Amino acid sequence: MLLLLAWRNLWRNKSRSLITMASVFCAVVLAVLTAALQQGVWDNLIKNVVGYYTGYLQIHHEGYWDDQTLENAFEPTDSLQTLLQTTPGINTSAARLESFVLASSGEKTRGCIVVGVEPAREEGIIHLREKLAKGTYLTQTDDGAMVGEELAKRLSIGVGDTIVLLGQGMYGSMAAGKFAIRGLLHFGSPELNENMLFLSLPNAQTLFDAAGLVTSIVISPTDTRALDQLAGTLNNRAGPTHEVMTWKEMMPEMVQSIAADSAGMYIILGVLYLVISFGIFSTLLMMVAERQREFGMLVAVGLKKRKLAWMLTIESLLVTLTGSVIGILVSIPIAHYLAKNPIRFSGQTAEVYERFGFEAIFPASTETSIFLTQGLIVLVIGLVLSAYPIFSAFKLEAVKAMRK
Amino acid sequence: MEIVIDAHNVSKVYNPETIPVHAVNNVHLHVERGEFTALVGPSGSGKTTLLNLLGGLDRPNEGKIVINGTDITDMKENQLIDFRLNNIGFVFQSFNLIPVLTAKENIEFIMLLQGASKKQRDERVQTLLKEIGLSDKTNTMPSQLSGGQQQRVAVARALASKPQFILADEPTANLDSKSASDLLDIMAKLNKEENMTFIFSTHDSRVIERARRVVTLVDGRITSDTATFQISH
Ligand SMILES: Nc1ncnc2c1ncn2[C@@H]1O[C@H](COP(=O)(O)OP(=O)(O)OP(=O)(O)O)[C@@H](O)[C@H]1O
Ligand SMILES: [Mg+2]
Repeated sequence: MLLLLAWRNLWRNKSRSLITMASVFCAVVLAVLTAALQQGVWDNLIKNVVGYYTGYLQIHHEGYWDDQTLENAFEPTDSLQTLLQTTPGINTSAARLESFVLASSGEKTRGCIVVGVEPAREEGIIHLREKLAKGTYLTQTDDGAMVGEELAKRLSIGVGDTIVLLGQGMYGSMAAGKFAIRGLLHFGSPELNENMLFLSLPNAQTLFDAAGLVTSIVISPTDTRALDQLAGTLNNRAGPTHEVMTWKEMMPEMVQSIAADSAGMYIILGVLYLVISFGIFSTLLMMVAERQREFGMLVAVGLKKRKLAWMLTIESLLVTLTGSVIGILVSIPIAHYLAKNPIRFSGQTAEVYERFGFEAIFPASTETSIFLTQGLIVLVIGLVLSAYPIFSAFKLEAVKAMRK
Repeated sequence: MEIVIDAHNVSKVYNPETIPVHAVNNVHLHVERGEFTALVGPSGSGKTTLLNLLGGLDRPNEGKIVINGTDITDMKENQLIDFRLNNIGFVFQSFNLIPVLTAKENIEFIMLLQGASKKQRDERVQTLLKEIGLSDKTNTMPSQLSGGQQQRVAVARALASKPQFILADEPTANLDSKSASDLLDIMAKLNKEENMTFIFSTHDSRVIERARRVVTLVDGRITSDTATFQISH
């Protein structure tokens, strides 16, 4: 009965209820989309960063990250391999040997980064095969090379051409070799496009005179949210001779920009919620003021104040609930659409993003928790604000209320 | 004779700290079952205040009010609300009905609060609607009813809970004389046929004429209390 009463009362002042619902609805849609876009952008950035090259987690010889030279390479011993196989939470891992060389073809010479990789394993780490724009993908025993598109362009080479690499190997030895171009790679990041050259790991080890050595082992976790935990476990097990680093440590500027971004978002959301709070509150204020006589009459004829309060709570919750449920229902397809068809942006922001090596897009996250959280926040606002009608129900004096 | 209301030495003072208003001053009143009593007096004489005290809507500063043997003077609020629900019917001058409920639902509402079953409610609502002559308005919203019809529904609502008595504060004040007389007819009929006790305040001489006992208040004091056959013309 109270529910029915609350429901009918809702439609008594139709336009007011609808306006309140609409404002809750708009706020929820805006909040969900803001949060979804923000989360989507972060997820995208992180995925891009780790997916382009770095990976979520790397193991190096202690001190390698600060001094990235071949002298800090290490041997992936059996015990280390066992450790990687037995630690739970690791999806795949791949070893890399990375150094700097001069690459030349004909008249043209450019500096580039040579990475010896286990091609098959890299597919599970950075999806390297998907980046292949032309030619064929390397195999473990291949003696050819894959290069970034832009690097190939600057050296005026293509698939089938030969490239000469010149650099320094282990202990000051000379590193020199000739490699056939098997494939061209396209990275989302211009920086990688311009600088990367991939060899198979054995090939690179020979080139740098570093048989059996690697500079890093890149790890892809089964659950990215448990990354820090995994890093901790590995760090303990690997001992002081190795350093275990997550993308957050390898790219601290990323973490900072995410933190700065999220502060901005929380302010926007805060303002949004403040606005609807005032909207809902003023509705409740008017509603309570207008209906004093009715409330007085109800209590006079025998309605307990507790029940009156309950009725008013249902009324205000119905408004917020309806508004936010519809808001969530509407924003789900929008978020999904924006996830599939991300907003592209251009101009300065795009430049900054590209300098960091990310695609300049705004995808939306469709993580369920976003919808739930935003919906819940609005619900909580509704609940908190319904304290006002509850309070006024309990302090109501039937005689005075009816005199008004 | 059975006494349903026993107001003993009752006083109500508004603003006792600042400018005290003795709205009801040392009133003694006994009402017996089956009475049809009018409370009259000039504006501001304390009629509403007295009715509120008798109905347990307000508390006296002094004195004691016993309803059907129960002293309600010091009852706790929730207890008092329940007591009103089960013992006293109210008809106010206006705003009697819940605007979003139909005539039937308005009458039913009070029985729902009492916890009556669906069957009991349906039966009683039908009977009451018939008695007030509004069987055809069962599912009509209050806004679609005339003022007189609304007051009749209010009487039915007051009656629905099977109270000890019905208090009506100027029930006809907003009605034209035809509607007022119709309402009084219904009240008088219920009084006669069901022995329902009515106490109503009024200014209207035509309404006063219908009463069988007239209690006059002046400045919060009862100045006369007469059975009307003595003053009838
Ligand atoms: N809440 C209040 N605070 C202060 N004074 C009040 C209050 N309610 C009533 N009064 C005063 O008490 C006195 C009695 O008022 P009451 O409403 O009972 O009179 P009444 O006989 O019902 O008048 P009317 O015929 O105009 O309805 C009046 O002087 C009124 O001003
Ligand atoms: Mg009055």
